[in-house]
Amino acid sequence: MTRRAHGSGVYELLSSMRFAVSLLTVLAIASVLGTVLRQAEPYPNYVEQFGQFWFPVFEALSLYDVYHATWFVIILAFLVASTALCIYRNGPLMLREMRSFRENATEKSLLQFTHRFEFASGRTTDELLNPVTSYLAQHGFRYRLTDVRADASRLIAAKAGSFHRAGYLFTHVGIVVICIGGLIDGNLPLKILQVAGARVPETRDIPQSQVPAPSRLSARNASFRGNITIPEGSSADVVFFNVGDGYYVQELPFTVALKKFYIEHYTTGQPKDFASDVIVQDKSTGQVSEHTIRVNHPLIHDGIAIYQASFADGGTRMTLTGWPLFSGRIASFTLTGAVNQVAQLKNADVEYRVEFSDFRPFNVENLSENAGSRVEVASVSKRILAQLGSGAANMSGKDLRNIGPSFQYRLRDAQGQAREYHNYMLPLELDGRWYLLSGVRSSPNEAFRYLRLPLDADGGIQGHMALRAMLFDSEARRDVARRFAQNAARGEAANETMRERLAESAERVLDLFTRGGFEAVADFLGKAVPESEQEKAAQVYLKVLEGAAFEALQLGRSRGGLPPAIADEGTAFFVRDSLNAVSDSFHFGAPVYLQLNRYEEVKASGLQMTRSPGKSIVYAGSLFLVLGVFAMFYIRERRLWLLVKPGAGTVLFAMSTNRPSPEFEREVALHRVALAQLIEA
Amino acid sequence: MELTHALPAPQPLFRRLNWLDWVYAALVIAGAGYALARYGSHMEGYEQAVLIGAAGALTGLGWHWKAVRVLLAVITVGALAAISLYQGDLARADHVFGLKYFLSSQTAIMWMSVLFALATLAYWSALVGRSATAGALASALTWGAVAMALVGLLARWYESYLISPDVGHIPISNLYEVFVLFCIITSLLHLYYEARYGARQIGAFVSIVIMAAVGFLLWYTFDRGAHEIQPLVPALQSWWMKIHVPANFVGYGAFSVAAMVAVPYLLVKGGRFTTALPPADVMDDLMYKLIAIGFAFFTIATILGAMWAAEAWGGYWSWDPKETWALIVWLNYAAWLHMRLIKGLRGPVLAWWAVIGLFVTLFAFLGVNMFLSGLHSYGQL
Ligand code: HEM
Repeated sequence: MTRRAHGSGVYELLSSMRFAVSLLTVLAIASVLGTVLRQAEPYPNYVEQFGQFWFPVFEALSLYDVYHATWFVIILAFLVASTALCIYRNGPLMLREMRSFRENATEKSLLQFTHRFEFASGRTTDELLNPVTSYLAQHGFRYRLTDVRADASRLIAAKAGSFHRAGYLFTHVGIVVICIGGLIDGNLPLKILQVAGARVPETRDIPQSQVPAPSRLSARNASFRGNITIPEGSSADVVFFNVGDGYYVQELPFTVALKKFYIEHYTTGQPKDFASDVIVQDKSTGQVSEHTIRVNHPLIHDGIAIYQASFADGGTRMTLTGWPLFSGRIASFTLTGAVNQVAQLKNADVEYRVEFSDFRPFNVENLSENAGSRVEVASVSKRILAQLGSGAANMSGKDLRNIGPSFQYRLRDAQGQAREYHNYMLPLELDGRWYLLSGVRSSPNEAFRYLRLPLDADGGIQGHMALRAMLFDSEARRDVARRFAQNAARGEAANETMRERLAESAERVLDLFTRGGFEAVADFLGKAVPESEQEKAAQVYLKVLEGAAFEALQLGRSRGGLPPAIADEGTAFFVRDSLNAVSDSFHFGAPVYLQLNRYEEVKASGLQMTRSPGKSIVYAGSLFLVLGVFAMFYIRERRLWLLVKPGAGTVLFAMSTNRPSPEFEREVALHRVALAQLIEA
Repeated sequence: MELTHALPAPQPLFRRLNWLDWVYAALVIAGAGYALARYGSHMEGYEQAVLIGAAGALTGLGWHWKAVRVLLAVITVGALAAISLYQGDLARADHVFGLKYFLSSQTAIMWMSVLFALATLAYWSALVGRSATAGALASALTWGAVAMALVGLLARWYESYLISPDVGHIPISNLYEVFVLFCIITSLLHLYYEARYGARQIGAFVSIVIMAAVGFLLWYTFDRGAHEIQPLVPALQSWWMKIHVPANFVGYGAFSVAAMVAVPYLLVKGGRFTTALPPADVMDDLMYKLIAIGFAFFTIATILGAMWAAEAWGGYWSWDPKETWALIVWLNYAAWLHMRLIKGLRGPVLAWWAVIGLFVTLFAFLGVNMFLSGLHSYGQL
């Protein structure tokens, strides 16, 4: 095989329809991949999902960023090449077809057509020409008339809808243009630099200013798309964009300062608008301008479009009270911190890092009675009737309420183990009683489980904390047990030994309880008491616990300088809730509860900035594509010939189209009849 | 020979119109003018342009397909009646008879469901019993269902403003609303071709898809309470929605009807029910026409979507699952068209391909919302 023949074989393949359709299919399948697998997540998530073995395999295949993978870009490039070659190959032909009237068609070739007919006519060519050509013109045909041929015949060659052929050019040029625009705006140029080793994404979590040159892109970079989060009162002159598990720092020709970020709300509590008031200062001219950027209303500055993309907390400052949960002293302490910062916490020689991660000024929750359990059994007709009416009718079924601020933090111990906490600032009413809630989870995919700390009669948690302190102080426990025995055995003939026995057993229950909550007590019962008596023993223990806890409350209050609690039903509930809270604390995983006292909110706005020179190219290509598609579908190309043969006294009629269709068949029939009338008359 | 009359020269469009067409146009323009005069100050320039464009499109559609004029008249009367019964008070939906049992949005959509169900029965009995009367009844019921659906959507539009002026928005913003839109557009496409080709038997198959959509809608209402009007999330507050979504649904509707033409085509090709169903070549042509119109609108819709994305999300293409699946659907039908037009492929292979295309489309339309997550936030199951 010669080189030339080989080359033209590749050309044949690339420009062939079969290849194009195969590419379309491959592209479609490749695209599915990226929708099934979440793209551009943090790499640890993938490790967790696929395991140590598959993770690097998938990474090598670039499955975490399919659409920017080299192999994907190569498929796209092939598509562009294939389509371009197809245009190169068919384009000139189409243009020729579009212009040509095919007036050199011979009688022999016309006789080959499926749609042909011979009219008999005694009229001269001149007599025929006028009515026939004006008929053709009326029906949208353009025509050419040949000179008299050697056999004295003359041909009228007419055509309509030639623009159909241009449709092919428009469509395919459009596709090539769109792909080129897209490749310019994709990371193609950067990708090439990266493959050449001139650019390397940064993977360390370091301050932006310390990111070294190979991971920085200059403000002159023609095309980019990156994000930045700016806290209120701060400014930024770079954006970041992620590549794999690293990122680049893209410098901007201006500085953006965030004055204020706002969220507007509908009355139902859903967000209605996100907006940022920004001040933009040009680096070269120093010129300053103020703008508001809203969702769906970007700011275009210096060829860079700035969008409202997200929002976050920008470092809200908080003052917290720390309440030790397992301490025998009533001793709270004050802690200050800010979102995205770390505070140190020391508890009984153990050091913790408190990593504040989020703050929300309000939380709208559905608090209706049947939230979550919606299926009530009603007759079918009742259910249908309930749905009639306006689309707004059932909105009242929901009870959306703002339950106030909350904040989130991770508590990391010396071994680096962390749990995440979510605390509400304001108490919440649950089952008619009030609690402060603190949620805990050990991994981000879990839901929070909430610890309920009951409020005392004064609406604070001092009462509960005082009770706790008495339980966790072994001296005080003994005291509590004695008081309990004293009071419990008061009415009966006071028997010192009995009282002592009671105090002893109360102390034992309290010891157990403060070592592991109800679980520890149950464990003990399971081992020490025969099964048949466990139920009864448990009830006795519970009574003892509750009674002792009441004494603990009183003792704690008096030591804390609080007046004694009244022994009513509310207090009884409070004591029971307190015991539950203490018991649950053993699963809480933290030695302290952090209560939010005051905060100064600082919001941050997430802006996305893009410079996309390919955009107008893509739009131009799209326009071509739409014009082309409509031209191809809705303009039908038809050709019509009339060969006038005065010698034979006949006129040969033929019609053709490149797209056979029922409409065409109908049209042929109609023209044939109409022309017969004109010609045979 | 019966075609003895000469073919009349095609007349310019304006001469083909009769006085009714002009009255219709005048009314549409007057309606749009009234809306502009009364509400124009609350609209931005693009929205006014969309309104004017919609008036133009409705005029053209009514001139081309006369039945639309009647439909438009009926839904206008229905919607105006609903508005006047409301008297600006949403609560009247619960006790005013005309609203509670006919014209409030939920009720109208329930009527739509009932009429579609009856139409399905009628189409099938027309097919099985070869009854022209049942066939005519089926078409009439479908028209009725479409009218009720449109009245329902218009009433819903109005109700959303009654909830609160800032909540008000065009009802094509969530999965519930676009399912109603899907039923409307799919039915209209079928009714149009049914009238042109006299291929009413296909209605039996199209009605399967529509009943599936209605079934989903009812489940979505009763089980999920999805019919409740919700305010728009900030990303959807844009005039782009008004053109992007309908264009998309012309695409989805056309692809669905094409698949439902492919099924009887395959039956006939397989030698079954050949006398009860339309001729294979008619269905073959119809399938092509539907995919062509679907493809054209889907192309436009995807481009409009890209332009909207460029404004709302900061990039005309983000490879978000919904976008990607739209591309997959588009590539699929581009390949289909190439095989048919250039390779000249015909017959069962293309028909099967059209049926499979429906599932690809369905995934893009619904599956993405159910199984994948992304930026498109208008509906999650
Ligand atoms: C990205 C790849 C391509 C896409 C999306 C695409 C799309 C289209 C579309 C939408 C049509 C219109 C069908 C119609 O309305 O008639 C069409 C027709 C056509 N395409 Fe492609 N095309 C692609 C690549 C190619 C390639 C590589 C070839 C090379 C052989 C090709 C050859 C043709 C031809 C010959 C026609 C019909 C023109 C006619 O005779 O009317 N296409 N294409």
